[in-house]
Amino acid sequence: MTQNNRLFGILVPVISVLLGLLAGAIIMLVSGYSPIEGYAALWNGAFGDAFTIGETIRRITPLILTGLAVAFAFRSGLFNIGAEGQVIVGWLAAVWVGLAVDAPMILHLPLVLIVAMLAGALWGFVPGLLKAKLGVHEVIVTIMMNYIALFITNEIIRNVLTEQETTTEAIPATASLASEWLQTLTFFSRMHYGILVALFAAIIMWFIVQRTTIGYELKAVGFNQHASRYAGMNVSKNIILSMVISGAFAGLAGAMEGVGTYGTISVMSGFTNLGFDGIAVALLGSNNALGVVLAAILFGVLKEGAGQMPTSAGVPTELVDIIIALIIFFVASSYIIRWFLLRFKKEGK
Amino acid sequence: MDYVIEMLNIRKEFPGIVANDNITVQVKQGEIHALLGENGAGKSTLMNVLFGLYQPEQGEIRVKGQKVNITNPNIANDFGIGMVHQHFMLVEPFTVTQNIILGSEPTTKSGKINIKKAEREIQELSDRYGLKVDPTAKISDISVGMQQRVEILKTLYRGAEVLIFDEPTAVLTPQEINELIEIMRSLIKEGKSIILITHKLKEIMEVCDRCTVIRKGKGIGTVNIKDTTTNELASLMVGREVSFHTEKKKAVPGQTILEIENLFVKDARKVDLVKGLNLEVKAGEIVGIAGVDGNGQSELIEAITGLRKANSGSIKLNNKSITNLNPRKVTESGLGHIPQDRHKYGLVLDYPVAENMVLQTYYKKPYSKATVLNFKEVYDKAESLIKEYDVRTPSASTLARALSGGNQQKAIIGREVDRSPDLLIAAQPTRGLDVGAIEFIHKKLIEERDKGKAILLVSFELDEIMDVSDRIAVMFDGKIVANVTPENTNEQQLGLLMAGSQLSEAGVHNDSE
Repeated sequence: MTQNNRLFGILVPVISVLLGLLAGAIIMLVSGYSPIEGYAALWNGAFGDAFTIGETIRRITPLILTGLAVAFAFRSGLFNIGAEGQVIVGWLAAVWVGLAVDAPMILHLPLVLIVAMLAGALWGFVPGLLKAKLGVHEVIVTIMMNYIALFITNEIIRNVLTEQETTTEAIPATASLASEWLQTLTFFSRMHYGILVALFAAIIMWFIVQRTTIGYELKAVGFNQHASRYAGMNVSKNIILSMVISGAFAGLAGAMEGVGTYGTISVMSGFTNLGFDGIAVALLGSNNALGVVLAAILFGVLKEGAGQMPTSAGVPTELVDIIIALIIFFVASSYIIRWFLLRFKKEGK
Repeated sequence: MDYVIEMLNIRKEFPGIVANDNITVQVKQGEIHALLGENGAGKSTLMNVLFGLYQPEQGEIRVKGQKVNITNPNIANDFGIGMVHQHFMLVEPFTVTQNIILGSEPTTKSGKINIKKAEREIQELSDRYGLKVDPTAKISDISVGMQQRVEILKTLYRGAEVLIFDEPTAVLTPQEINELIEIMRSLIKEGKSIILITHKLKEIMEVCDRCTVIRKGKGIGTVNIKDTTTNELASLMVGREVSFHTEKKKAVPGQTILEIENLFVKDARKVDLVKGLNLEVKAGEIVGIAGVDGNGQSELIEAITGLRKANSGSIKLNNKSITNLNPRKVTESGLGHIPQDRHKYGLVLDYPVAENMVLQTYYKKPYSKATVLNFKEVYDKAESLIKEYDVRTPSASTLARALSGGNQQKAIIGREVDRSPDLLIAAQPTRGLDVGAIEFIHKKLIEERDKGKAILLVSFELDEIMDVSDRIAVMFDGKIVANVTPENTNEQQLGLLMAGSQLSEAGVHNDSE
């Protein structure tokens, strides 16, 4: 039974992805593009040379963290739509501390990352508190918090960090995750040490959820609040804690952009979408750490590879968005795939 | 005599198990036929086969002698088979009539629902069978017993000739059970046939004509009720001799463990449900709280265990106040709690059995150290509890959800008793369980009593209260209205007290005076 479930857990996302790619191919055919050329361009765009591989990894990094953020909250039954806002405040906090503090790297960089996590955690704490104490639904509050984050951040960039500029100065090297070695290795891509941070965070998430009493309580609250209260757990505390840890992961994702990829923060006209993509990554990765890493890789590859499709194969980037949307669609409707698999097994007997 | 329903040599397999192995049930026209078996014996599977939800691998079904192929519940309906489910399928904000016609609404010529016509028909049906249902009442306003009658009316409205009752008395008070039995008799009088799924032997003896026994998926046979005894039925069902009267020595009460004074508790709607209650439970005795559901029992337990705030009064455990402490503190002061609703409170159904076994102790050594869980210790503990309390589960890593009700309850009891609490609260500990499991649980409660623990038993089953308790406290309208001993009372007197009669009216000697 458990073996069966595990097989299903792997098969369903794989089939979803294949179906999404197939549907994408059909759409390309119908629109008059060659799917083979299109997918070849996608492949080259993601893995063509050292540079593109470096860029792909850079793109995967924050997706892992936002995926972990959403997945973590989900384990305790909370839907954190606010990863987006938490990314933005994390990004802002990282750059701010990067610029404001003078310290050797061994202190400066950890400080930057910790403050980014705290900022994200604060942004998760508010909806967690409102949910735990007043029963306000976290989806509504986190959506609102996204807008608050976006506009406050823009305001601070314009009026606090700069004088009516749209972009801050670059952070000093002591606060940067950028790596000359990685850049040289990947032909001057923007790849940085953040990928190690993200993978480490995935291990932390796995450990907390699967191996500690904290995870035991968080999952219990997610499954059954009544039984959790009966067992003496503090349900309110666990709801808040779950949102705080979730926010910290997302804040860290913001730091990846702030002190890893860009080294600055600019006024944003809209959302980064990293947080929203995190929802899809968590869903595709069935809310566990390894699954999230794999799903983030897939997302990063598709997004990065997409850049090549218009230039090499003439396929519009919108099509890649459609393919990703289709993959999510098939994952979300995995019930149908499950049903087919079960039927297939029955007949095979 | 003609058979109205025949299920011949039915076999139904699921991956890895045979749920029904060569079972034959033949129901005569106009009889009440009991289907008796332990939890997980395969009764529900068999009825789901009859109702068209499952297809049997072997065997055939005949309706009035004709071989039929029932592939879905609509076909079962067409053959006049109706099911009264244990968990009601009713839309709460709808009226009785709206619920009954749902799915087959009578319409006027213009296409409007003809609710007046439906109400008339339902009123007629209700009168004919003595159901006393008001067709215009809202479901959310009527009692559980009434809701069940609406389910019965629903099947009758759809033309059912054979009614399947799935554990119908599990949710009813003793008075409602008597009324249901009357209703079943009037159904038979009007020419209906009834299949009664149950594991309550008393009801079978009282109301049924014949009984088919199923044990571990196998058909054991069919007996005439007038030729058998409760004991024979029980041993057929369990496969060994069962004792109903729990053997126990006289209680030797020690010091007071639980002391409640002038307790007031409000429910979620801010209405006082416990109103100045006083209660004492001593070491080495089992105090049973008898009462009709809704007289404040749940609120009382929740207040003791810290799940609900007490508005005033005091609760002392071992002479220390535990009033309004949080559940963890109460538990650590020496309280074990077998909750009334095992799915809602007792278990995290999506956790493995092993992780449920440490639900109250996971944060302590050796199960965890500095917040890191030690799964080896958790599983070792679980394995030993599974063995000691005879929890039948494929493994300790099986989800609690997959266990039968009796085994879930044994797991909870194992967990709570193993911590060796000074006070054990057992709320409806045997609800929905079969005689084998009931016997086991009663034995465990008495064992704990003999070890000098205080036990507070809350039950709506008078049999259980009479059988297990050393002292009975009758609860009515938020207060303990009488303290009696099982030797000095009987079920009738208890029933009167539970309905609010004074001791003198009920003719009971009050032991507390």
